Amino acid sequence: MYLYDKYDQQLVNQRVAQFRNQTERYLAGEIADNEFLPLRLQNGLYIQRLAPMLRISVPYGLLSSRQLRKLGHIARTYDKGYAHFTTRQNIQLNWPQLEEVPDILAELAEVEMHGIQTSGNCIRNITSDEFAGIAVDEIEDPRPWCEIVRQWSTLHPEFAFLPRKFKIAISGSRGDRAATQVHDIGLHLVKDDAGETGFRVLVGGGLGRTPVIGSVISEFVPWRHLLSYLEAILRVYNRYGRRDNKYKARIKILVKAWTPEVFAAKVNEEWEFLKDGPATLTEEEVQRTRAFFTEPAYETLDDGAANTALDRQSADNIAFRRWLERNTVTHRVPGYSAVILSLKPVGIAPGDVTDRQFDAIADLADTYSFGEVRATHSQNIVLADVQKVRLFELWQTLKPLGFATPNIGTLTDLICCPGGDFCSLANAKSIPIAEALQRKFDNLDYLYDLGDLTLNISGCMNACGHHHVGNIGILGVDKKGEEFYQIQLGGSSDTDASLGNVLGPSFYQDQVPEVVEKILNVYVANRQPEESFLDTFRRIGLAPFKESIYDKAH
Amino acid sequence: MTRLIKSGAVVEDNWQLIPRDHQGELPRGRIIVPLSLWLDGKALASHSGEPLGIWIDVDEDVEQLGGHAREFALVAINFPTFMDGRGFSTARLLRERYGYQGEIRAIGNVIRDQLFYMQRCGFDAFELREGTDLEASLASLRDFDVTYQGATDQALPLYRRRNV
Ligand code: SF4
Repeated sequence: MYLYDKYDQQLVNQRVAQFRNQTERYLAGEIADNEFLPLRLQNGLYIQRLAPMLRISVPYGLLSSRQLRKLGHIARTYDKGYAHFTTRQNIQLNWPQLEEVPDILAELAEVEMHGIQTSGNCIRNITSDEFAGIAVDEIEDPRPWCEIVRQWSTLHPEFAFLPRKFKIAISGSRGDRAATQVHDIGLHLVKDDAGETGFRVLVGGGLGRTPVIGSVISEFVPWRHLLSYLEAILRVYNRYGRRDNKYKARIKILVKAWTPEVFAAKVNEEWEFLKDGPATLTEEEVQRTRAFFTEPAYETLDDGAANTALDRQSADNIAFRRWLERNTVTHRVPGYSAVILSLKPVGIAPGDVTDRQFDAIADLADTYSFGEVRATHSQNIVLADVQKVRLFELWQTLKPLGFATPNIGTLTDLICCPGGDFCSLANAKSIPIAEALQRKFDNLDYLYDLGDLTLNISGCMNACGHHHVGNIGILGVDKKGEEFYQIQLGGSSDTDASLGNVLGPSFYQDQVPEVVEKILNVYVANRQPEESFLDTFRRIGLAPFKESIYDKAH
Repeated sequence: MTRLIKSGAVVEDNWQLIPRDHQGELPRGRIIVPLSLWLDGKALASHSGEPLGIWIDVDEDVEQLGGHAREFALVAINFPTFMDGRGFSTARLLRERYGYQGEIRAIGNVIRDQLFYMQRCGFDAFELREGTDLEASLASLRDFDVTYQGATDQALPLYRRRNV
């Protein structure tokens, strides 16, 4: 992974000093609340319903064991002993003290971490594919490009007071695991006929109040021009994005109002001035950055023998077999697998990790996976490079730690935002919904029979739980002060991205599990062999689901 | 007299800002006229010979002024609220696209903690919001010694300087 040099380190250290000074001035009454707001937000600090919340940046999801141990230490020392992985591959502390935040940031800086631009109207953390570098369908490793864009966007002086937040995702594979189509900018690594690297550029995707799938504005931006092109997009957005209404301020509204064609033309006009200027990327910089993401020291392993051993181990061990099927992923290198640690056992808020679990994950990373892990947008953890011959032993280690729930990709591997239990913007709670669903659907055979299915829960329109792109999406709504839940069907954030359709009038909290059950029954009754929930939904449409749920006769 | 930060020091000066709805004769002395008045051409005829500044709002297209900026000793960019970041682009365009080398002054609702970014975008004078301790604010111009991306103050991104 990327390692800081003296420049990177100095920048983060000076950021801590800057925020310490700002916090002192705020506490001394020298900075007004509204002026402190963007300063603290751009260091990840929210003031929440119950306490401040601090969002820590995990650039494109990568964490080292050293960083994990530090996070465990921070959760223990400054918080209530746990933290939360978000859908943007970041980490949130729920109970830090405002006065202590500069100290927390200083501790983070010691391990090359920070909270810079994890919130506020600026360019946020760059997200990417959790299987970068190991995926079988990869065109090129996106991580060096993520790092290059991260550096460009960090403390960018022109774009710190944008109309609204701005999210960039980069994918290097054929399959889109970074939800690039629902980001303000989505970048797909592509090659031209000469084999030269470039980017297909999408703009104007996003969730929230007005969910939109992004539009392609350039099929190929050569890698050298990536930053000047991004700069052109951001400048057009900064100048012309709406600022009169925060619900109309995202770039998607501008792209829609102008049409993608006009927006693209405007970007090109701006780019003409910037192209070939000093922001042009150099071969040396790309090489320098790539050198941080070279292959780890893989051993030459006998894949066939490893598979035979796994077959034997799983033949008489159904629990291991289930885990192997659901929680491991094919690796590009023979003899290796990627392993997903489930952060979704029943009864724990999805994505929550205790201080001791941080330490345990760090140990696992050191023992099994070259000292690194990845955070996923579905709020799990990936050990990317595990030798197949060690899977059985790893599985046994994971069980007592609470990471071996064999539910990855199933209904109970649900995505869930912090919701009304923590978040001051919430219309409704989301964690109790997640828990009720996990309790109701705890039969693994039933879950496996349902197959791949995403269920996403957001506590309000802001859609942090990505409910629009869940096969089943649940949204907390407020009706005259009461919490209700609206259900949507048919969303997807994969290559064939789509937004869910609203089923109909919303439900009380205690009705939700039963409604989900009815939805699943309609799927099971209508599916054809090999059809996933999404396939069936796309074939039969919303009507049969509506009928089953709202028809009084049922 | 206005107290402000200019070229890294606290100074007093006597530029007078002419509001957009100004009626009648322009006052004598150093004045900063609104873009609309200049676009109107005639209104300035009587003022020839005096040092002249112009001010532009964040929602006005700097293209309207363009290279004519050079005719002014000073261009002020008005921030109705400090959260409105359009003025950062305005300043960069003036410097980098239109080659303006005179003073660029941030006016309106500008806060101390924006100084570093503003200076990077080409501002060199800052009228901070009322009640600001200007002497103490000078420190914020020096918040960082490292910058990743090129901007007006340093055209080269760090990756073109890293190994030098
Ligand atoms: S979706 Fe709403 S309730 Fe959930 S975390 Fe985001 S803002 Fe809070």
